[in-house]
Amino acid sequence: MEKLLLLGDEAIAQAGLDAGMSGMYAYPGTPSTEIMEYVQASADAAERRVHMTWSSNEKTAMEAALGMSYAGKRAMVAMKHVGLNVAADGFINSAMTGVNGGLIIVAADDPSMHSSQNEQDSRFYGKFAFVPIFEPSNQQEAYEMVFDAFETSEKYKLPVLFRITTRLAHSRASVLRRESLPENLLSLPSDPKSFILLPAIARRKYKILLEKYETLRYENHISGYNHFKDGTFRETGIIACGIAYNYLMENLKDTSVDFPVLKISGYPFPKDLIKDLASRCNSILILEEGAPFVEESIRGILDEGIKIYGRMDGTVPRDGELNPAIVGKALGLPVSYGQDVPSVVKMRPPSFCKGCGHADMFMALNEAVKPFGPGRVFSDIGCYTLGALPPYNSIISCVDMGASVTMAIGAADAGLTPSVAVIGDSTFTHSGMTGLLDAVIKNSPVTIIISDNSTTGMTGGQKSQATGRLVDICRGLGVENEHLRVISPLHKNHEDNVRVMEEELEYNGVSVIIAQRECIQTATRRKRS
Amino acid sequence: MKNDIILAGVGGQGILSIAAVIGLAAVANDLFLKQSEVHGMSQRGGDVQSHLRLSDKPVSSDLIPFGKAELIISMEPMESLRYLPWLSENGWLVTNSSPFINIPDYPATDDIIAEIKKVKNHLIIDADAIAKQSGSARSGNMVILGAASAYIDMTFESIENAVIKLFGRKGNDIVEANLKALKAGRDAIQV
Ligand SMILES: Cc1ncc(C[n+]2csc(CCOP(=O)(O)OP(=O)(O)O)c2C)c(N)n1
Repeated sequence: MEKLLLLGDEAIAQAGLDAGMSGMYAYPGTPSTEIMEYVQASADAAERRVHMTWSSNEKTAMEAALGMSYAGKRAMVAMKHVGLNVAADGFINSAMTGVNGGLIIVAADDPSMHSSQNEQDSRFYGKFAFVPIFEPSNQQEAYEMVFDAFETSEKYKLPVLFRITTRLAHSRASVLRRESLPENLLSLPSDPKSFILLPAIARRKYKILLEKYETLRYENHISGYNHFKDGTFRETGIIACGIAYNYLMENLKDTSVDFPVLKISGYPFPKDLIKDLASRCNSILILEEGAPFVEESIRGILDEGIKIYGRMDGTVPRDGELNPAIVGKALGLPVSYGQDVPSVVKMRPPSFCKGCGHADMFMALNEAVKPFGPGRVFSDIGCYTLGALPPYNSIISCVDMGASVTMAIGAADAGLTPSVAVIGDSTFTHSGMTGLLDAVIKNSPVTIIISDNSTTGMTGGQKSQATGRLVDICRGLGVENEHLRVISPLHKNHEDNVRVMEEELEYNGVSVIIAQRECIQTATRRKRS
Repeated sequence: MKNDIILAGVGGQGILSIAAVIGLAAVANDLFLKQSEVHGMSQRGGDVQSHLRLSDKPVSSDLIPFGKAELIISMEPMESLRYLPWLSENGWLVTNSSPFINIPDYPATDDIIAEIKKVKNHLIIDADAIAKQSGSARSGNMVILGAASAYIDMTFESIENAVIKLFGRKGNDIVEANLKALKAGRDAIQV
C-alpha cells in the first residue's frame, strides 16, 4: 500500500477518508485545523463529495455530524480542546442518544498553551460523557485507530472521543495506508425514539449507557491499544499514555535498565492491567501528556503498599508539555544538555503583520477612548488579541470566543460606561451574535467594534462565515441604522475613524462599528495565485 | 545513521519549506523521519522552529532531546542562538547573517555574531545577498539549506530532487529559481 508523509492531523483525515467517512465537520483551531484542510485539499474527497465546509462554531459542527450519523453515515468532527467546551452540550448528549453511523470527535489539546488560553485535558470530557477514548502515540497509530474508532462507535452505538495533542498533530512521519472501505448507505436508526431525550426515554438510555461503559473495558478494538511488556526491573513499573510513550522509548534506548512498561492508548482500560503491573513492582511511575487523568484514578484504586509517582507528587511537573528530558529525569536517567541560551537572545513574541488593519483600528480606538479612562475595552480571540501588547496596550480581556461582547454588556450593567468590545469577524459569527442580541434587547451602552479582515486570520486564513454578511446580520439583530457604521482602518483615514468612534462612544445605546480591511496575508496570497 | 536537525527562524521566513525538502529527501532515501513543526500563533512574526529527525532506525520522540542535535539551520542570526541547549558537542550551527528586526530591543548585530563565533562549529553566510545574486531574492531559505546540506548525511542530488518534487506543481521557473539558490548556497561554503 501507499506510504505518505503526513502530519498527525493529516493522518487522521486520510484515515477518515479511507475508512468510509462521508462528512468532516469543524471550526478552525490550533492544533486541529489541518484535519479539515487536508480533506478540503483531497481530490478523492471532492470526487466522492464528502462534506467539507467549515461550520460556524464547534457546536454547530458537532450537531451536524450527529445528524449525519443519525442518517447512517460515518462522520468526523474536529476541534481544538476549548472547542469541546463550546460543543459540550451536543457532545455529552450524543452519548445519551447514541449514534447510528460511526461518529468520531477529534479534540486536539494544547499542553504548554502554544496557541491557547488553557491546557485542559479532553480525556476528562470522554469519561464525563461515558464514551470510549482513543489517544494515539504516533501518526501510524493515529491512522489505524480511526478505523477501530469507527468500528467501536458502530458496534456500541456510541460517539468516540479521539484525543491528540499539539506534538502529534503537528509532527510529520510516514504513514502506510490501508485498503479503503466504502461509505455507509443512508439508513435510519433501528429505534426511532433513540434521539428523543425526553426524561422518560433519557432515564432508560442513561442506564444503557452506564452498562455499555463497563463492557467497553474489555472491547478489543480499544484494549488492543493497551500493551504490557514485562521487564526485569522490579523497583519501578511504568505506565505511559499516548505520546508520553514516545518520550519513554527515546530514553529507554540508551539504558540497560529493563523497566516493565504498560502503554495505554485506549480508554476505559481494564483495571486488571494496572493491578497486574502493581503486583510485579514496588512503585509505579505514570507518564501522561496533559493532566494526571490516569494517575488520579489509580491513586484511588491501589494506594496501599505501593508508591505512585507522577504529576501529582511533583516527579513530573504538574503543568506543561512533556519532553524527553522531563521523562528522563523522572526515570532517574542521565539527561544531556547543550549550551545555555546566551543573554543577547531576546524574546520575540508574535506581532501584527505590516499592513494589518487591526493595528490601525487600535491606533484610532486608543485615541477615541482615552478621554473616558482606562479599563473598558474588552476583547476576544484572534489576531487582534495582539492589541494587548505594546505599543498598543489597548485591551483588557481575552477569555473565550464571544466573551468581549457579553463582558462589555455586564460591565456596562455595573456602571462602566461606555464599555467597548473588540471582536473579529469569524469570532463574531462563532459566538458574538447572540451577545449582540442581548445588548440590543436591553439597549446596553456598549460600542462593539467588529474588526473585519474577511478571514479567520489567526488560524491561517480559513473562510470566514461573516464575509459580506456583517451589516445584514447586525441590522437583522436590531442594531439601529444610524449606529451601524462601517469604516476602513487605514492610516490615511485615522482622523475620520477616530471621529466615528468618538461619536459612537458618546451614544448611550448599542453601536456597532465594522472596521473593514482585508487581511494582508490573504490579500498577498490572492494576488500571487 | 542519525541526523537530528533544528530549523530556526521567524514566522514567515520559509523554514517549513526547508523542512519539507529535507523530509521528502529522507523519504526518497528510505530513512525513518519525524518532523515536528510550529503552526499557529507564533507564525505571526514570532520565533518558530522545527525539529527534524532522520535515522535508519525508527524514531521515537517527535522532539529532539537537549544536547543531541547534529545541526542547527537558522534563517536568522539571533534565532540560531535560541536553540543552543539542543546542539550536541560536535554539532554544527549554520545561520544566515541578515537580522530580521521586528522587536524594539533587538540586540546589536556584532554582539550576536560574537556569540555565534563562540560555538565550536559554526558557519555564517549572507543568504539574503546570495539569494539576490542568484536572481531570486525570496529564496534565502534554499540558500541556507544548500549551505547546510554539506552537514546532512544525504547526497546533494537527493536534496535537489526533493526541491524539484516540492516546487514541481508551481511550474518550471519556480523550480529553477529554487535549485539555483540551493546550488549557490552549497557553492558559497566551498570557497
Ligand atoms: C472555542 C474556540 N474555537 C477556536 C479557537 C481558535 N481560534 C483562535 S483565534 C481564531 C480566529 C479568529 O478569527 P477572527 O475572529 O476573524 O480574527 P482574526 O484572527 O482574523 O483577526 C480561532 C479560530 C479558540 N481559541 N476557541
